[in-house]
Amino acid sequence: MLSGRRRKGYPAEVEKKTCTTKMAESSEVAVERKHVENKKKAPKRYWEETQNATKKVEAEKSSDESKQENTDKEKGKLTHDEWRKKKKERTHGKFISGKTDPFPGDAPIPEERMKKFQRGNKLEVPAGTRLKLRETLTRSEAGSDLAQNQSARYDLLLTEDAGFLEGEEDEDTCTISQEDIAEAVDITSGSKYFNLHLTQFGPYRLDYSRTGRHLLLGGRRGHVTCIEWQTKNLMCEINVMETVQDIKWLHSEAMFAVAQKKWLHIYDSSGVELHCIKKFNDVLRMQFLPYHFLLATASATGFLQYLDVSVGKEVAAIPTRCGRLDVMAQNPYNAVIHLGHPNGTVTLWSPNQKEPLVKMLCHRGGVRSLTVDKTGTYMVTSGLDRKLKVYDIRAFKPLHSFFLPAGASCLSLSQRGLLSAATGDIVQVYRDACGGAPVTKPYMAHRVRGTVWGVGFCPFEDVLGVGHAEGFTSMIVPGSGEPNFDALDMNPYRSTKQRQEWEVKALLEKVQPELISLDPGMLGKVDNATFEQKHKERVEAVGYDPLAHKKFKPRMRKRGRSSAGSVEKRKNKVAHEDQRDVIRKTVGERMEKEKKRKESAKVQLKGGELSVLDRFKKVG
Amino acid sequence: MSSKSSVEAAPAVMAAEDNDEELSSLEDENVISASEDEEGSEDERKHTKLLEAISSLGGRRRMKQTERSEASLQVSEFSVAADGAGEKVELSDLLGTMEKTPGAPNKTKKQLKNLQNRKDTLELPLSKQETEKIQRGVAYKKSSREVSRWESVITQNQKAEQLVFPLRQDPTGHKRMEQVVAGWKARTPLEQEIFSLLHSNSQPIHDPVLTPVEEASIKAMSLEEAKIRRAELQKARALQSYYEAKARRESKIKSKLYHRVQKKAKRRDFLKQFEEMVKTDPDAALEELKRMELSRMQERMTLKHQNSGKWAKAKAIMAKYDHSARKAMQEQLEINKDLTQKLAVPSEDEDEEKNGDEEAGALPDFVNDPEPILDPVNPWMRGKLSKEEPEPEVEASTEARDEDLEVQQQQEEEEEEEEEEENEEEKLLREFERKRKLREDEDDDLVPVPQEEENQTLPVAGAEQASSIEVSAEDGSKITDNNDEDKDEDDKDEEEEEEEEEEAEEVVSEFNSLFNRLMKSNTTPAVPDQNEGEELLDEGLVRVQTMEDLEALRKDRTNEANQEASVPATDTPTAPESASEPPNKKKRRRKEIDLKKVLTKQATVVKVPLAPTVLEEEEEEAEVHTEQAAIIKEAFAGDDVISDFLKDKRKQEEAGRPKVVDLTLPGWGEWGGLGLKPSKNKRRKFRKKVAPPPPRQDKKLPAVIISEKRDASVAAHQVSQLPFPFQNPTQFESCVRTPIGQTWNTQTTVRKLTAPRVVTKMGAIIEPMSREDLVPKQKSNEAKRGAAILLEEKRERGKKKGSGGKRALQQKKKKMQKQKKTKE
Repeated sequence: MLSGRRRKGYPAEVEKKTCTTKMAESSEVAVERKHVENKKKAPKRYWEETQNATKKVEAEKSSDESKQENTDKEKGKLTHDEWRKKKKERTHGKFISGKTDPFPGDAPIPEERMKKFQRGNKLEVPAGTRLKLRETLTRSEAGSDLAQNQSARYDLLLTEDAGFLEGEEDEDTCTISQEDIAEAVDITSGSKYFNLHLTQFGPYRLDYSRTGRHLLLGGRRGHVTCIEWQTKNLMCEINVMETVQDIKWLHSEAMFAVAQKKWLHIYDSSGVELHCIKKFNDVLRMQFLPYHFLLATASATGFLQYLDVSVGKEVAAIPTRCGRLDVMAQNPYNAVIHLGHPNGTVTLWSPNQKEPLVKMLCHRGGVRSLTVDKTGTYMVTSGLDRKLKVYDIRAFKPLHSFFLPAGASCLSLSQRGLLSAATGDIVQVYRDACGGAPVTKPYMAHRVRGTVWGVGFCPFEDVLGVGHAEGFTSMIVPGSGEPNFDALDMNPYRSTKQRQEWEVKALLEKVQPELISLDPGMLGKVDNATFEQKHKERVEAVGYDPLAHKKFKPRMRKRGRSSAGSVEKRKNKVAHEDQRDVIRKTVGERMEKEKKRKESAKVQLKGGELSVLDRFKKVG
Repeated sequence: MSSKSSVEAAPAVMAAEDNDEELSSLEDENVISASEDEEGSEDERKHTKLLEAISSLGGRRRMKQTERSEASLQVSEFSVAADGAGEKVELSDLLGTMEKTPGAPNKTKKQLKNLQNRKDTLELPLSKQETEKIQRGVAYKKSSREVSRWESVITQNQKAEQLVFPLRQDPTGHKRMEQVVAGWKARTPLEQEIFSLLHSNSQPIHDPVLTPVEEASIKAMSLEEAKIRRAELQKARALQSYYEAKARRESKIKSKLYHRVQKKAKRRDFLKQFEEMVKTDPDAALEELKRMELSRMQERMTLKHQNSGKWAKAKAIMAKYDHSARKAMQEQLEINKDLTQKLAVPSEDEDEEKNGDEEAGALPDFVNDPEPILDPVNPWMRGKLSKEEPEPEVEASTEARDEDLEVQQQQEEEEEEEEEEENEEEKLLREFERKRKLREDEDDDLVPVPQEEENQTLPVAGAEQASSIEVSAEDGSKITDNNDEDKDEDDKDEEEEEEEEEEAEEVVSEFNSLFNRLMKSNTTPAVPDQNEGEELLDEGLVRVQTMEDLEALRKDRTNEANQEASVPATDTPTAPESASEPPNKKKRRRKEIDLKKVLTKQATVVKVPLAPTVLEEEEEEAEVHTEQAAIIKEAFAGDDVISDFLKDKRKQEEAGRPKVVDLTLPGWGEWGGLGLKPSKNKRRKFRKKVAPPPPRQDKKLPAVIISEKRDASVAAHQVSQLPFPFQNPTQFESCVRTPIGQTWNTQTTVRKLTAPRVVTKMGAIIEPMSREDLVPKQKSNEAKRGAAILLEEKRERGKKKGSGGKRALQQKKKKMQKQKKTKE
């Protein structure tokens, strides 16, 4: 049955271990580069012919140019002629032995890949710019070009590819059951499909750690457990003897937060309660912002609170005035918190603003669930109107609207953009739900035992965890996880030592909460606020106007000299002081003008030289 | 009469210069007199001369009046008239003699002729200011040209992305040991210090066969010798200390008598010393004499011993009756006489000589000798007369000396008892000294003895010679006189002795100072001389045995010093070488928006293969309640959601819009009261409109409210002012858009993007750019070659001309050597 399907990129561990990322490779760059450059080129393939024919000229040109730039500095010692000779040799690919290089120059980089690493638009330096500016601009452009080129070139090292489930003709992939898949794949991958029957402590919520190795389960009736799910190693299992609203891993698998009936509690991985944070009460949903070390909580009282986990301080507490907040998601791109409300609106929040950054009307009914994709491009919401909507969150425009028979109660987006939606006891997974053509049927579907309470894709694994009333189900969703991981950021195979190392680094690189805004590139922009605006802000921040003119208050004098009359007199002495100068000046100007005018009139009147005897002259 | 007055006036002026009034009056007189007697000036002059002659006859000398002589017939006080002022001196007058002189070269004659023929006058030289201005201009141009050479380099360095210092880096890789060693120089102060230390300890820097220290140790004496020497030194030191102790003890004795005797002895010693000094060291004796003369001068200046003081007057009254008082006065006068006694100065006058004969007797003969001048070549500078009849003189002199000695012995006998101990010790010390000298002499045997030492040794070896030389200057007749003089001297000495017993304190102190000095010079030989003594007492490894060694060592030291001095000099750097729509319209448009259309978008129906089996019934009651409530809300208030939202949006828009400020005051300029509103004109006048804000971001998005509030928190981290080279924000933003961190880039890129602007080599000294770095190498070489060629040419020319003498010869030699080398 599965014979005709190509299964690619199943996250077999062995493969994963060998896979490397750009960053992991970075330390060996020098060696690798040499290796790559000196590597014998593979013989030409027939399909490359056409590409080469078109690109060859281009590539040569570009390579020449790049080489010129790169080698300019190195060539400092060589005379110009020598350098030219060497260049000729290289371009023509002639060696001493007489052989010619069939593929001269650097290997061309595909346009797509180049685009992937493009950052912003290239700035055209206008003709009339000053020399210094021109130099700095060209230099920075060269730098960004280099960065882009190098990154694109090293993208080659991300060898792992994601695969998908492909059905036979007239076979829906959604009809393939998990059991079938588990049987067909290798044992390790097969073992990733499992069920945990936990009927006693009610519907479960779940959270995978950022490395994807650890799973945290929180039963509504107080059952909290963390499992190293791949090895099925139980790290801890406790019952907090309270209702558990939500659970969340903190920055590493050493700690997790549990939103209990009243307060927010923090436990370590062995189940020891570390903190009970009473400032955070009636928490319903939590989100952890890993790069800011912030735990954002949404409470039943309508408060959105931010807790800085690194220092244990509440960063912000925002009264949203939107009622009970039980729908929450974060935008991994810019760390903005999305809240869903019963009136069908979704609000976007940052800790720096007391009002929502954006408020958008998404559904006619209340919002049941929402999720944002990794790149911060798409937001998927589901409402009581049984609709599933996909928004372009950058432009706040709806892209798609799907009507689901029962509506989706839980939503989750995977690293590679697969959307899981739980309707009742059925979990559906949609492929290419965001962007592209609208989908009409799910990619996969799976019925679990009870009503679904929480869904979550496991990072770096093709696994979807489903928490439901009867326990937990881990199902295989091919193509959901990112096959290539960045070991310096998140390494699923890291040791304790590495984790500790990473922790320190992450703390050092912690992003301040002030930098959270819709545009994460805000920091690189020039603040073009006017002085007035800034002054206003300052006044607001300080509470008074530091530049305000101090009001004159006459000194208290004794022996009746501080009578109302004398006080008024004294006040009058300094009254309108700022205006006086202006008045004095204008009056002076006027006087001068008048004087001039008079003088000129006199002169005109005189005409020539007047003498005393002129009065006796006869007029006419 | 007037002439007389003028003559009188002159000395008067001289006498009372400070008296201004008098002076002015006298000057007036002078003027008058001068104007009156213009014709009789000649007579007047004669007269003044006569007067002068007369006045000079008087005891006091008069200052000679300064006289101005002018080469003119008429002399006037008012103007200086050149004789024959009307005549101009012409060139021809001066050149007339030229043609007559036969020796003058033709060339100069021609030139002079040309000069004579030239009619045009020379141009007036430029004024100082102008010439200076021109010079400054030229200098400025020159220096600016010099400086502007660096411009390109500077701009290049300013532009450069990265600068690597030091500029001249040695090629990387290993060097040969010799290169490293040879190229090393002591640069830092520490290194230099260490280097100098090594030098001063004569440590080998280049490796010779033996170190200087080793060589010295080879030269050094044997153990026995060293022991003997050490014992000697020990003894000497001990004696020295005894002597010192004794001197200290003696100085504490309070007995007057004892001191008197002591003084006498000292005096005698001094005389003896002086006598000896006359023979051995005439220079020092002369010095002493000078000092004595000085004291005489001082005595002459004061009224100290002339019995004119208070004390003396009192004594004078007493003198009639008191013998002692008389004696005291006598003493004083005696002292005065003694001190003011003129020292004989040889003069041509016979009379003086005669007068001073007796006095001159006190003076030694060598006084007449000229100071020794060390110019052996010039016979005129020797200052000695030709040696005639040396033999009889010698005899005579010896006789005189013998007599002297006898007298001295007699004197010594008187105080021998007191000085016995002292003499013993002194003898010992002297013995040591003699021994030392002997040793030195032994050492000096090989070396030519310097003149000073010769002088010292000569009196020991042959006193006769010395005396003969001294006396040789005198005539034979004088020699006979000499004998008499000596006798006189002896008598005088005796007298002096008597006098000295009652010497006044002043004289004592003076004499003491003199004597002390002599004593010091006497004792210092016992405590060996500084230079020699140090070297003797210094029991270091190196022992300087010969003068050659000593000189060699000295040379070494001076060389070191020179090197030390030269090293920093060379190290010093050579060159210092651095849209919008109005809100009303929008409102209308907003009304146009269909409420229902806001959220009605065609939804695609998704077919799900699996129908949800689990219904809400299974869920808990609370959940059911909320769900149901939501459903109810959805059913009944669908439109409300939208309208609420739109209301909200409008509110926001309103809030964001700036308000019109109404400043109208009712009743001002018109009637006021109940029911009366300010007129339209007035309202229009006093309403202040604010410019409309930029269009809202959500203008075209009906279902979205975007907050227009500025985020001040990010602003604190943003760049608020455009940095320097950028002209607009986009340029700056584009420059900043690419991250340079490791998280986003490959390692090579990071390294390149974050390369430091200046790279320096650890420990390397960054020297300022030299001119050689500036000028391209080839050019500079060529230039050098060119310069060399020029030099060569010059040399050759010099040779041809035969000028330059020695230097030219040397250069020639050098060149020859070079040629030889090149040939080889």
